[in-house]
Amino acid sequence: MYDIIIIGAGIVGTMLAKDLSQYRCKVAVIEKENDIANGATMANSAIVHTGYDPEDHTLKAKLNVEGARMYEQLCKDLACKYKQVGAFVVACDKEEEERLLVLEKRAIERNIPYEWLSGEEARSKEKNLSLNITKALNFYTTAIIYPWQVACGCMEVAMDNGVELYLNHEVTAIEKREGSYLISTTKGTFETKYIINASGISADKIHRMVDADCSYTMRPRKGEYYVLDNDIHYVDHIIFPVPSSKGKGVLAVPTVYGNTLLGPDAEESEDTGTSSKGLSYVKENIQKTMMNVPFHKVIRTFAGLRPSSTSKDFIIEEVNGCKGFIDVASIESPGLASAPAISKYVIEQFLKDMMLEKNASAIKTRKKPIVMAELTSEERDAVIRENPLYAKIICRCESISEGEIIDCIHRNCGARSVKGVKKRVRPGMGRCQGGFCEPRVVNILARELGISVLDVVLDSEDSKILTQENRI
Amino acid sequence: MRHVSVVVIGGGCAGLACASTLKKNGIDDVVLLEKDDEVGGILNQCIHNGFGLTTFKEQLSGPAFAERFADEARALNVEIKTGAMVVSITEDKKVSYESQKEGYVTLQADAIILTVGCYERNRGAVQIDGMRCAGVFTAGQAQRYINIEGYMVGKRVFILGSGDIGLIMARRMMLEGAEVLGVAEIMPYSNGLARNIKQCLEDFNIPLYLSHTITHIYGKDRVEGIDVCKVDEHMRPIEDEKMHFDVDTVLLSIGLIPENHLADSIQIQMAPKIKGPVVDENFMTSVPGIFAAGNGLHVHDLADYAAKQGNKAAEGCVRYLKQTSQDNAYVNTNAGNDIGYVVPARLHQNQLPKIVEMYFRVKKPIKKGTIVIKCGDEVIRSISKENLVPSEMEIIPVVTDLILEKKQDVTISVEDVVYA
Repeated sequence: MYDIIIIGAGIVGTMLAKDLSQYRCKVAVIEKENDIANGATMANSAIVHTGYDPEDHTLKAKLNVEGARMYEQLCKDLACKYKQVGAFVVACDKEEEERLLVLEKRAIERNIPYEWLSGEEARSKEKNLSLNITKALNFYTTAIIYPWQVACGCMEVAMDNGVELYLNHEVTAIEKREGSYLISTTKGTFETKYIINASGISADKIHRMVDADCSYTMRPRKGEYYVLDNDIHYVDHIIFPVPSSKGKGVLAVPTVYGNTLLGPDAEESEDTGTSSKGLSYVKENIQKTMMNVPFHKVIRTFAGLRPSSTSKDFIIEEVNGCKGFIDVASIESPGLASAPAISKYVIEQFLKDMMLEKNASAIKTRKKPIVMAELTSEERDAVIRENPLYAKIICRCESISEGEIIDCIHRNCGARSVKGVKKRVRPGMGRCQGGFCEPRVVNILARELGISVLDVVLDSEDSKILTQENRI
Repeated sequence: MRHVSVVVIGGGCAGLACASTLKKNGIDDVVLLEKDDEVGGILNQCIHNGFGLTTFKEQLSGPAFAERFADEARALNVEIKTGAMVVSITEDKKVSYESQKEGYVTLQADAIILTVGCYERNRGAVQIDGMRCAGVFTAGQAQRYINIEGYMVGKRVFILGSGDIGLIMARRMMLEGAEVLGVAEIMPYSNGLARNIKQCLEDFNIPLYLSHTITHIYGKDRVEGIDVCKVDEHMRPIEDEKMHFDVDTVLLSIGLIPENHLADSIQIQMAPKIKGPVVDENFMTSVPGIFAAGNGLHVHDLADYAAKQGNKAAEGCVRYLKQTSQDNAYVNTNAGNDIGYVVPARLHQNQLPKIVEMYFRVKKPIKKGTIVIKCGDEVIRSISKENLVPSEMEIIPVVTDLILEKKQDVTISVEDVVYA
């Protein structure tokens, strides 16, 4: 019998797993995909918003402001990239400037630092900003992260403390029992006292397994992006148009590894395929705030699904009549920024009956991996002498060594697919998109996991890369 | 820090040929750095025939062709370091590399030659709707899986792009028992060598769809099918002329791009049309003492030509090492009518070898025309040509007297054109 089962290993589920691993309780995370952080956490703008955007008196506003302030320390603890680059919300005319005043008012009330920039000042800091920009609000504490890196870090710490992770377990039914729940999955059953429903776009489906009367319906909205090569640093700051009722608009966002994201659009959808329609929208609308957009430097396009629903706010509550079943649903933007605070809120508000006891000896930080590209020449030399595999470069675009890849496979919550390796240590993130390194990564995965090369997958369990041995 | 005369980065045929030529010209201390465990570069996975015809007057496989150059380099005592990945170069010509044997090492060189090869354009560079499922490979990646690793990448295959590697892989996949349903080329003409269209497609009854592209890849886990669409003259898909193919694999053969991480890292000037460095007749880049050649400079059709260019760069490097003063006065070379690009991008105006080779490609297929090379307004050379195609690079030697005399830009163009 588990004390708590978390359904869904996105940023919310893994954050909760890490935080709960600091207590004496039996916790498992159940995930339908072949890796954690494979839904909204994998494909978003990767921004820690400071919290000026959500409307007053919402959970979004409260948890965003609180969560954003927790990230710097969190990323230190998890040995994850975190960079305060600042966000310019830019206005093109008087009317838009008026709308910036609303953001300013919220920023003052929520104690979020900002500064005003004239169009000229903004352009002097950001050379490709459109000449139409008349004014900008600079929220200079806005940060960027690698969301899936944070999720992997959280899950690793959680597992270091004994939290169990079950991948490829899709929940098929939940039976409410006396004082517990029986969760059936495609690969076995679990009994638990508490359930946290952090299943992203499937939240309403999971909810209905215990309560037919679900007050919300998930309405996933697709967002598509371009990724630019990291040899040109197209932007240094995050550039937002003035937000509208439709959302935050099309952004230009630097990433922690020097790439640039352009996007997203917004369209109701269930799949994560890219479309010429969505990307054309991005291409057109980015011109509102930016100029000289180097589309010849696009190295990839991707699409992600926002776990939006019919509710405008986050839904974090115990389901009516289902003691111990907690919905953490509709965690769309600023869900990533809010995640650390969401986890804290869930534990404080909904798990207090459990009388959880802190485990003083629990591990709090992730063992820092060796990242060759970040070391000095002397440090690199020392690492190679200790383990020569750190000199064997597998990904030449991003300069990732075999040693780093092996390490990410053997850690808790280790990689088990080509995409899993890419998520954790980044081979394939560069301009050749795995053209060179993928066959080498496949060989390393097969060797380290003790499986046939033919069984190595790109991502899901059914995404095998190779079909058979050669006949000649 | 160890001092050496020349460091050659990249041990493909261009680098090997370059290192040997340096040695033959009396440069003693030549270090060649290769990141892989063996030299040869991409040639090692090109097990098909057809290499060496212009160099050795015989047909060799890729590995055999590379081995000729490796043998020569070894015989000349080029210091070859394999498993040595260059992590940085500097403007003052320090080269740092890492290897399992030596750890982190920095060399001080008098000159550096970049023969770093190229990489393949991939799905990121083209917009094809659909999810990021397994079964989409670049042609070279598939080539490595099949020819080096020994595994097949699929059973029912469609190829986008008529680049040579794609054509070679079409045949290779057929020989391994896969079914290749077709090749789509967005341009109205093929981008591969004529001999490859014949030997790799026609001989295997694989249809080539010109003016077609893949608009959608279906499948969540693995490729399940594709839509192939005819395109109009602006290369926009015509929705009404769409075909569907049930395939499990898509190979992309949509072009090669010189790999310029190192050059970029020290802001070497780039020529946008070739996506490689701006070089002069010595193959020297905008940073004095740093040279570039082979597919890392501009993409060649034949490995033979890349290797030859390695030799030329070595000769240029020797001239640089022996010169007493540096000449910074240049004229530019321009791509005129119907010419896609010209290499070298600039020529010294006061001192030039008697003859300089100009490398260029036409922009579109030309049935008949006159290639005219001018210095300023004056014609240096004009040659009547038939059947010029973008997929076949032209190399024309030019006598430099007039350039030295007039000191004006050189322009190559095609005149009296009859299009194909």
